[in-house]
Amino acid sequence: MPPAIRLRALDKRYPAVHALRSVDLEVAQGEFFALLGPNGAGKTTLISVLAGLAKPTGGTAEVMGFDVVRQYREARSRLGVVPQELVYDAFFTVREMLRFQSGYFGLAHNDAWIDELLDKLSLADKANTYTRTLSGGMKRRLLVAQALVHKPPVIVLDEPTAGVDVGLRQSLWAFIHRLNGEGHTIMLTTHYLEEAEALCERVAMLKDGRVVALDRTANLLRTGAERRLELRLMPAMLPESLSRRLIERRGERFVLAMPDYTELEHVLAELRRAGIRIEEMELRQADLEDVFMKLTGQAT
Amino acid sequence: MYGFRTLLYKEILRFWKVLFQTVMAPVLTALLYLLIFANVLGAHVQVYPGVSYTAFLMPGLVMMSILQNAFANGSSSLIQSKMNGNIVFVLLPPISNFEFFAAYLIASVVRGLVVGLGVLLVGLLFTDLDMAHPVWTLAFAILASAVFAAMGIVAGIWADKYDHLAGVQNFFIMPLTFLSGVFYSIHSLPAFWQTVSRYNPVFFMIDGFRYGFHGVSDVDPWLSLAVVLPAALISSWIALQLIRSGYKLRS
Ligand SMILES: Nc1ncnc2c1ncn2[C@@H]1O[C@H](COP(=O)(O)OP(=O)(O)OP(=O)(O)O)[C@@H](O)[C@H]1O
Ligand SMILES: [Mg+2]
Repeated sequence: MPPAIRLRALDKRYPAVHALRSVDLEVAQGEFFALLGPNGAGKTTLISVLAGLAKPTGGTAEVMGFDVVRQYREARSRLGVVPQELVYDAFFTVREMLRFQSGYFGLAHNDAWIDELLDKLSLADKANTYTRTLSGGMKRRLLVAQALVHKPPVIVLDEPTAGVDVGLRQSLWAFIHRLNGEGHTIMLTTHYLEEAEALCERVAMLKDGRVVALDRTANLLRTGAERRLELRLMPAMLPESLSRRLIERRGERFVLAMPDYTELEHVLAELRRAGIRIEEMELRQADLEDVFMKLTGQAT
Repeated sequence: MYGFRTLLYKEILRFWKVLFQTVMAPVLTALLYLLIFANVLGAHVQVYPGVSYTAFLMPGLVMMSILQNAFANGSSSLIQSKMNGNIVFVLLPPISNFEFFAAYLIASVVRGLVVGLGVLLVGLLFTDLDMAHPVWTLAFAILASAVFAAMGIVAGIWADKYDHLAGVQNFFIMPLTFLSGVFYSIHSLPAFWQTVSRYNPVFFMIDGFRYGFHGVSDVDPWLSLAVVLPAALISSWIALQLIRSGYKLRS
């Protein structure tokens, strides 16, 4: 079984920018995968190469085992892409767009699925509306529907939830989750890291066109960034034995590194032994944002 | 194959939905030319014996409308899609380069022919017109519109903004179509300009087209065909290669 997505030494140079630098990446069939990275990291470029919208300047990219350049028709028919830009064709209605899109993928009678998509994406009452009159979030959801008309085994969503309100974001994720449950491979980019953390099994972080991290989300959270223990102490001093853990001091507040919860015992014991009282204590779990900041060097 | 049919249908629907602007307006323009030129010159000019000036002018106007609209269709569709970004909708699906080319080409030919037919029908209210060789008429209409449709595709892909396209239209397409014998027979021109006209492929399109109506023409229709057919093949080939290369469509 070929991987859903396979990139080998993928390179993309624009005249002024080296957007992808020898990217190697494999996404297995059925995975729920996130591609993260700061603005300009190369996420959209990577997706564009996969989709055949940009030509690689080196390396190869495959979708379900089909080379996106040499076997472009096979590759494209297995891929559904939600573009980052909010694009629409003002000449046509929502239903017309979905029928065209179905036709482009060779599907003549697709109305049952189109209706289901409209329903799941809360667009049913807009079916006969001209696309230019849709709100931004509706246009985004139409893009999602367009990407799914041909039930592609691999679905790539470039910031699908940007500009979508909270309620619909939930239902959009529920829908994408269901698709994943039915066996579709999902790759998405988002700047809402909580979303990626909650949904995605595996994460790649991109920076300046390079993969700086590639692991299961759980592993990244465990090892990528330290947990932190924040204390307010009375008197405001730290025993010598704990000073190596100190990350930051703000007045009476001390922020300590806490790689492992089992060490909490030790810290508390040391404080008690030194006769220092804990006024306040907060233990903060590292989240993807911390890992992201650390790995992409955008530390605060 | 169904992808091609859908794209063709969408491209035709695109101009059909704005019929007023894409078909009615050019028909009206041609009609104005017909009324003005026929009234001013009609009584004084006779190009071919037994053919009134209005009847002479008609095929020229029809062909000019066909060419300009065949060019306008593909070029404006492509530049609009590029500017709005919705070109991705037709770049993402598994439509082959040839199907992509053929859909835009045929839709543009259809637009040209629809406008041409409109001009012809409205013109027939004002003058009688023979149809000596309908097969020639149709052949030249289709081949000539294919030439301009393909040039429209090339221009639409090349242009980065509407300005570029307007430039091509005003400084290339308009002169080419006007200086081709729409309004006159090149035999009425001085020798030098006759020679120049013979380097303009549009002259052969109109002359051959006219032969289909009147049965007379400035040059042998086979010669015109020998110019127009290769022109259609070459311009189509260029458009297809451009699409294959991904130039300005796939970065
Ligand atoms: N068509 C293009 N021509 C030239 N340079 C480009 C093009 N597309 C992207 N770039 C450049 O490539 C780099 C990567 O851009 P890309 O759009 O892939 O970033 P991204 O990770 O998607 O960022 P964002 O989070 O802002 O969407 C940027 O420096 C960008 O300016
Ligand atoms: Mg992007």
